[in-house]
Amino acid sequence: MNNVHMRLHVNGESCEVAFAPHKTLLEVLREDMGLIGTKHGCELGECGACAVLADGKPVLSCLLLGIECDGMDIMTVEGMAGDARLHPLQEAFADLGAAQCGYCTPGFLVTAKALLDKKPDATRDEIKEALSGNLCRCTGYIQIFEAVEAAAAKMAPAHREKP
Amino acid sequence: MMRAHRFRYHAARSLADAAAALRDAGPGAMLLAGGTDLVPNMKRRQQTPPFVISLRRVPELRGLAARPDGSVAIGACVTLSDLVADAHLRACYRALWRAAAQISTPQLRNMGTLGGNLCLDTRCNYYNQNYEWRKAISFCMKAPTGAAIAQPDGGICWVAPSSPRCWAVSSTDAAPALIALAARVTLTSTQGQRAIPLADLYADDGMTYLTKRPDEILTSVELPPAAAGWRSTYWKLRRRGSIDFPVLGVAAAVRLGAGGAVVEARVVLGAVASHPVVVDTQALLGRPLSDAAIDAFADGAAWHAKPLDNTDFALGWRKKVARSYLAGALRELRGDDPAALGLLARRAATLLPVVA
Amino acid sequence: MSTTGAGNGNSNGGSKKDGAALNVIGKPRRRVDGRAKVTGQTRFADDLFFPRMLHCKLLRSIHPHARIRSIDVSRALAAPGVKLVLTGRDFPIPYGILPVSQDEHPLCPDKVRFVGDPVAAVIATTEDEAFDALDCIAVEYEPLATISDPAQALATPEPRIHDYGDEGNVHKRVALEFGDVEAALASADHVFEDVLFYQGNTHLPIEQHAAVAVLDPDGKLCLWSATQTPHYVHRALAKALALPAAHIRVIATPNGGGFGGKSDPFHHEIVVAKAALVTGRPVKICLTREEVFYCHRGRHPVLMKIRTGVRKDGSIVAMDLETLLDGGAYGSYGVASTFYTGALQTVTYKVPRYRFRGCRTFTNKPPCGPKRGHGTPQPRFAQEVQLDKIAVALGRDPADLRLQQIAEPNSLTANYMRIGSIGLRECIERVVEGSGWRKKWQKLPLGRGVGLGCSSYLCGAGLPIYWNDLPHSGVQLRLDRSGEVTAFCGATEIGQGSDDVLAAIIAEVLGIDPFDIRLVTGDTGLTPVDLGSYSSRVTLMMGNAAIQAAERARELLTGPVARKLGVPASRLGFADRRVFDVENPDRGLSFVEAVWLAEAEHGTLGTTGSYRPPQSAARYKGGGVGPSPAYSYSAAVVEVEIDPGTGWIHVPTVWIAHDIGRSINPTLVRGQVEGSVYMALGEALMEEQEFRRLPPKLSSAMVHKFPSLLEYKSPSTLEMPDVVTYLVEDPDPKGPFGAKEVGQGPLLPVMPALANAVYDAVGVRIDEVPVTPEKIVRALDAQAHGRPARVGPGKFPTVRWPEALKVPPPWEGGDGNAINEPPRKSKPTDKGGRQVRP
Repeated sequence: MNNVHMRLHVNGESCEVAFAPHKTLLEVLREDMGLIGTKHGCELGECGACAVLADGKPVLSCLLLGIECDGMDIMTVEGMAGDARLHPLQEAFADLGAAQCGYCTPGFLVTAKALLDKKPDATRDEIKEALSGNLCRCTGYIQIFEAVEAAAAKMAPAHREKP
Repeated sequence: MMRAHRFRYHAARSLADAAAALRDAGPGAMLLAGGTDLVPNMKRRQQTPPFVISLRRVPELRGLAARPDGSVAIGACVTLSDLVADAHLRACYRALWRAAAQISTPQLRNMGTLGGNLCLDTRCNYYNQNYEWRKAISFCMKAPTGAAIAQPDGGICWVAPSSPRCWAVSSTDAAPALIALAARVTLTSTQGQRAIPLADLYADDGMTYLTKRPDEILTSVELPPAAAGWRSTYWKLRRRGSIDFPVLGVAAAVRLGAGGAVVEARVVLGAVASHPVVVDTQALLGRPLSDAAIDAFADGAAWHAKPLDNTDFALGWRKKVARSYLAGALRELRGDDPAALGLLARRAATLLPVVA
Repeated sequence: MSTTGAGNGNSNGGSKKDGAALNVIGKPRRRVDGRAKVTGQTRFADDLFFPRMLHCKLLRSIHPHARIRSIDVSRALAAPGVKLVLTGRDFPIPYGILPVSQDEHPLCPDKVRFVGDPVAAVIATTEDEAFDALDCIAVEYEPLATISDPAQALATPEPRIHDYGDEGNVHKRVALEFGDVEAALASADHVFEDVLFYQGNTHLPIEQHAAVAVLDPDGKLCLWSATQTPHYVHRALAKALALPAAHIRVIATPNGGGFGGKSDPFHHEIVVAKAALVTGRPVKICLTREEVFYCHRGRHPVLMKIRTGVRKDGSIVAMDLETLLDGGAYGSYGVASTFYTGALQTVTYKVPRYRFRGCRTFTNKPPCGPKRGHGTPQPRFAQEVQLDKIAVALGRDPADLRLQQIAEPNSLTANYMRIGSIGLRECIERVVEGSGWRKKWQKLPLGRGVGLGCSSYLCGAGLPIYWNDLPHSGVQLRLDRSGEVTAFCGATEIGQGSDDVLAAIIAEVLGIDPFDIRLVTGDTGLTPVDLGSYSSRVTLMMGNAAIQAAERARELLTGPVARKLGVPASRLGFADRRVFDVENPDRGLSFVEAVWLAEAEHGTLGTTGSYRPPQSAARYKGGGVGPSPAYSYSAAVVEVEIDPGTGWIHVPTVWIAHDIGRSINPTLVRGQVEGSVYMALGEALMEEQEFRRLPPKLSSAMVHKFPSLLEYKSPSTLEMPDVVTYLVEDPDPKGPFGAKEVGQGPLLPVMPALANAVYDAVGVRIDEVPVTPEKIVRALDAQAHGRPARVGPGKFPTVRWPEALKVPPPWEGGDGNAINEPPRKSKPTDKGGRQVRP
């Protein structure tokens, strides 16, 4: 099968890529675009490690064919920090122990970002639910929940006083 | 890394385009919607279609709207997240909303579609395994359609080796809920369209589990108008509150008349057979949902649950819970507080996405 | 309990003078590798790409037990993109993590021992092509009888899975007796006997094992691998490939989770190394999730019989423990695992007399090995559940029963484990108070209950894997005139915070910031040996080596600075990137200035530090497993809600206290505790490494039941309970700044606490892990029908135990030697990089 040539819009940049049509976005990002921040733990949609944002929504790049991403706005962990400054979620994850081995972390980060973008004052239960497709074997999740809450507080000062 | 096999790909731009492509492709071609079922199956070489027709860019399949008569039409490619976000569905078609809200994970609900869930390949833990694993058991009779890799003759069902048929499990959450809501589906091909009751889409066979013709595309689901007095719910059993497929689903819808008497009732069991099992509700009609009526019904209806040892959990236990879930769902519908229905019932009734 | 400074362990241990404030140690901080991890810049093994890189896939056995008659690779060699096909013939030399069980080959030469055993390797230009070519390899097998569990292994000496081991399909039998146990049991007021089972489970790191091998420009081999033990991989490569170890470099990439599962040298590492040597090109392999299940080395399924004699008040007078391990198809760490099922039973409570007999069998399943807690969670479960039964039988509060017999600090146990500090009393008191235990135990309504469990764990194995008298950990420092300090250490970052501990300790001693330190770790080509991230050894051993190296660096700076400032060297302090007079802190120099002075005086600045654990008191054969410089302690209370109708289990809260000695970075310590609780609950409630045998009349197949992340149930965010964590800080003189381990110990008390809570809630005993709704329903049914309200194994099979080595306990005149041990050969020191059998 011949490669397809197409433009992908990733992390705010349009990029021309050529890849085999049976490749998933995960493979294209990692192998054809050098964006190795997106990880994989099963390639079958069972762990959440490969989550990226497609038009602002978290999806699993291991189940999305690259060829289907025409016109989509893709964001990976590499795109979370616009510049050298980290996104508040990244700061909080780093500071509060939410990343231990760091392997599931990119998937958690982009998923949490989508949540806070939509619901800046997400409750603990909402955070748990939003992250329930991401497995982490290291942390027991609690420091992840706390980091999301800390980032939310930092991003939306008006909510800081809420219990 | 697990990778899909090589295949030809066509992105249909319209329904007519998709139907024509499917007709022209001949047997073995498969439709791709959200990809959450087909892509893993391709990576495991369970399904190896030489030709994949994508429905992602077919605008006709994307609508979700109430019609003037009060019925609701849902395009097959509406994502599960979009269903969950819909306030009207949440308020008036609770069984569907609860079913959709509990499918897999938030990320997969952003990808997976209603049509995809209704056409979900039947599941079995002798079958949902990698190619190499299945080789180690000499495969089974549920051979992939359109296999690019020739598989040796695997004429056995390992779950029930003496049985001539395949016992893979219908694992869709949406189907039991929609059948309980008396939904109809539209099937489209180059020869035209036909609408059938959703229950008629399914056959009790793990391999040929859909009755639609290979050239037909499931294009939309139609819900009847939300009539007064109807209440519905869906209870899902699984090990974890996320990720897992159902090992039992109980969808129930009742219309209560004066004095709380049951006027109409539909109860459907999911994940206990190769098709959604519609339970006879005659015994419930004409009287209120008393404890005695519910328990007697649940005892009888649980008999329809005949789980086999090809999913998570011990089958005897799943059968026991079927009775408990049937009773719990009906108690919820008569107005009991789910929190008072026991721990597992409370979990079934309350574990839902808080973020639409 | 929290004084600064830590006295002296083994020439190391303390660093700052008593009373000196600590600036880094004990303060919650962003870990030094935090930024890399949250930006996706951490390079895991599969993130490495090289020009001209080839890809490797392995063909694995589809038979659980078979002889290989022939392998025809000709079609595969002709397949598109294929550059090389390797088979067992290419690897004549066996390897294995333990010198006593060198029973693995990178590719099976003549026999396969489980479904998933690697048989051939295809190396191709793309992974797709390598995968496709696997189907072109024709292997002819001659199936052999399948051995599926220990009982069958005991009953079926032939065919043997291996041609070594104690006999038949028994890999290893051990028997140790410390004092006359039968006499003590006969004199006890009560003897409790229980048979319990602990199911196997696996590590399930989210990162799948991956490795890349390249030939350096100078032609030497370099392997990047997701390994917890680069030093042992280095040795295995040298042996299996018959290459000089000096021509091999192994770099441990940060592990995306390890938990013990990446502690063995693996076949795929050796295969890609060989492929790179043959092709001259970089070769990568990344295992699929299914293959990770086949690598396994996870928790051994263990059947246990425990007999404990107690006085009327429940004090233990003697314990007799038998364990039967399902080892799977290879040795792995299994001999050590077997000893570990007995070694630490004496470290938690006073056990005056103790007998331990353990037996590991071979079966046709993926090999078991070390998972978090290595061999200890199983007997811990047995003892803690039995203690709960003893408390109930004797009408004692389980917390009091434990508090009255905690082992003595600074003592020797019956089996000669040397205990240092013990924070267990405070651990128990904290969880009892925090959970409201006294108001809850036996007082909650039906369906709700609380349970207590305790444990101890080692802070590093006292002996290395292969016999040698060299340091277990080394740290080298380079002080640059920029003020940057570079630390070199073989320790491996697996998520636990190894790099952060290294930086924190050096920063504390030198008075600089952890971020001022550049870390080079886990690289056998650049870093001094550290034995690896296993046995909870890194903080203590690497930490002590780091203290020594940093103190030596400080000494280099002290002389010139003291002279420059005109103050006695003893008055100098190091903090805030300054070296100053502690009596007049304004008087001082910047750290950079101090480095300049020192470099001018001494020349280029560098130091080393190293650590070797203290000599063990256990001199008997088998006494090498269990001794540790220090032991950590934990206690947990688990609360459960049980649905009596369906047996559904909900855990709302876990209270856990851990005796950490001292926290290096409390944020990371808490993370280890909560992560342990998480993994423990997975084991306690749902995780199982289960196998499926097809009907034997139709097929000899035995397969892993569900080698996937979907069906192997790892709890999601929605299953995680609230966890209340208490860190008990009772600095241990052997630990760096008093620190003890936290990576493994806090997992251990949770499983028995949960089972005990189930009993408190609904009055049934589940003497098995995992505790599932199905089992609770079965036990409740039994209860309703007047049968014993219990689900668990019936009896322990007959094992032909060898005569026990008899070692009198310290209080019965013993000296750590067995009185009936045949003379042993002296242990050779291995200097040549080759495995030596001790």
